[in-house]
Amino acid sequence: MSAGVLEVKDLRVYYHTSHGTVKAVDGVSFSLAQNERLGLVGESGSGKSTTGLAILRLIKPPGKIEQGEVRLDGIDVLGLSEAEMRRIRLGALALVAQGAMNSLNPVMRVGDQITDALVDHGVRASAREYVDRIGQLFERVGLRREIANRFPHELSGGMKQRVCIALAISLRPKVIVADEPTSALDVVVQRQVMDTLADVQTDLGAAVILIGHDMGLMAQFVDRLGVMYAGELVEVSPMEDVYAEPLHPYTRLLIACLPSLEQKGVFTGIPGLPPSLMSPPPGCPFHPRCPHVMERCRIERPVLRQVQSDRWVACHLFGGEAGAE
Amino acid sequence: MTALLEARQLTKVFGGGLLNRRRTQALIDFSLRVDTDPPSITAIVGESGSGKTTLARLLLGLIAPTRGEVAYLGKTFQSMSGEERRAFGRDVQVIFQDPYDAYNPFYKVDHVLAKPIKNFRLAASRRHGLQLIEEALEAVGLRPEDTLGRYPHQLSGGQRQRIMVARALLPKPRLIIADEPVSMVDASLRATILGSLRKLNREFGISLLYITHDLTTAYQISQNIIVLYGGSVAEAGDVELVVQQPKHPYTQLLIGSIPSPNPRHRWTARRSPTDAGALAATNGSCRFVARCPYAMPRCRELHPPFFQTDEHRVVACYLHETAQSTSVGAMDEVFVR
Repeated sequence: MSAGVLEVKDLRVYYHTSHGTVKAVDGVSFSLAQNERLGLVGESGSGKSTTGLAILRLIKPPGKIEQGEVRLDGIDVLGLSEAEMRRIRLGALALVAQGAMNSLNPVMRVGDQITDALVDHGVRASAREYVDRIGQLFERVGLRREIANRFPHELSGGMKQRVCIALAISLRPKVIVADEPTSALDVVVQRQVMDTLADVQTDLGAAVILIGHDMGLMAQFVDRLGVMYAGELVEVSPMEDVYAEPLHPYTRLLIACLPSLEQKGVFTGIPGLPPSLMSPPPGCPFHPRCPHVMERCRIERPVLRQVQSDRWVACHLFGGEAGAE
Repeated sequence: MTALLEARQLTKVFGGGLLNRRRTQALIDFSLRVDTDPPSITAIVGESGSGKTTLARLLLGLIAPTRGEVAYLGKTFQSMSGEERRAFGRDVQVIFQDPYDAYNPFYKVDHVLAKPIKNFRLAASRRHGLQLIEEALEAVGLRPEDTLGRYPHQLSGGQRQRIMVARALLPKPRLIIADEPVSMVDASLRATILGSLRKLNREFGISLLYITHDLTTAYQISQNIIVLYGGSVAEAGDVELVVQQPKHPYTQLLIGSIPSPNPRHRWTARRSPTDAGALAATNGSCRFVARCPYAMPRCRELHPPFFQTDEHRVVACYLHETAQSTSVGAMDEVFVR
């Protein structure tokens, strides 16, 4: 994985609760190139959202970033002061949160909310310039300029989500983290919001991390896919390869259980349940559910290693020296 | 033959009172017969605001229609005796969307399973009751020893939803109405729950009304499908026909918007206008006219009736007028049996 706009190395986020330590993210590494769209997919509790929030340093207690490195253009994000971090958020690293549309202030016109964010990030301009700038932002996300004068309750879910995208791109960030940006939206509206996100991403040349559980959405949007399981990345590969030939047994099952319109199949779920993150099984976290489990999987945790030119997988089926870790 | 459950020109209007002048037509002139011989799976698909949940609530008698009626074995809710209402409560079961809301966190999950046994006096003894519960849990792929005696928070969302399916199975119903049963569980568990539902249909002869916004799962599980838009039926019939060769412009938009997990099959639907969700005023025009790329003057004047385009399909759209026109209410006559 070559140096890119964003480098994440051995990121670990633990939640310290009265019952014990929950290892929500446990050693995640990846890099993101300029203009790239990376997907993070996984079941609920796999650590995908926590990874996204940790990149923006938005983990709240009892959660804590225990270890790791997040470098944005070479700058160590985790080492910045809180004041510097505030500037970088939105300025260089933007978030479109899950249910972002519900985070709009209900008693403030949506345009003014973006103006506020700009002022807070040191943009100084005349009132007319603000109106103009916000008008442009709204047009870019496919909304009419007048929408800026509306209140959130006057907008549909899809429109609100596009306002949030306008806010996210208002300072031309280098990386946009989109955490399930279309959950709770209908498919037709979802399509529009994703098209909008794709358009602004191309415009800005920003990189996007799309977090979600819908493999269909991933297939339509991302270039490269990271599959998360129990706080770890188990596979990182180009999207087309993941679909055509998934390597990790978990990815294989995940793809096999997708319902599609192309084929009426038998319903195959993945047997078993995701492990407890408080006391994960020894060895590979997927071994209790894995159809290819070997003796080694019960003892030794596989590390993410390169198995083809651009494909990475954490599984003992793909070799690696015994006891390498 | 009397239908098990029949909706006759159901219409539900919300609002429009003295204080709230805005009227919302949630469901317009909806008619459907559900027979249980042979047992069937019918999907009702629509986006938010399409009227699908209103329909479920009307069919269950939880709300009263503005016009029209629901009949169970030929009797409307008003004309049923207490005994008949009990029979309805036993024969028609429901599974709701949220597997979290249905539980009281202070009770073990056994409680939610023991309740129907008590209410409908299904078991002769305690032991017999336990046996019924265990059979129902096994039918949905749960191990009784891992499930019973636990509190709701100790189980996953998928397990909780499967317990709800087991609960619906206990009174040996003839029809289950499932309203978005898998929209809140992970993809890997979705298949398992849908598998359980289909098993109920095949092995226990229970008919299923599967209400969802997710066309993909609807396609996987059902024989016939009804596509709702803005409270009225856009297209209905054989699921293979409707999904593989959609004829109504709305069904086409909906199917074209589904993201395929195959990255080589890119999104194809034309981009729809930005004011998506706009409904035509309730002046009797086609409900989809504001978003329809093929809208004609007459679409604004009169809501189209059903046109039967194939042996097993009807479409409510003037684009398909050349086909033989069938009368309103005959939607289920074209269904695959």
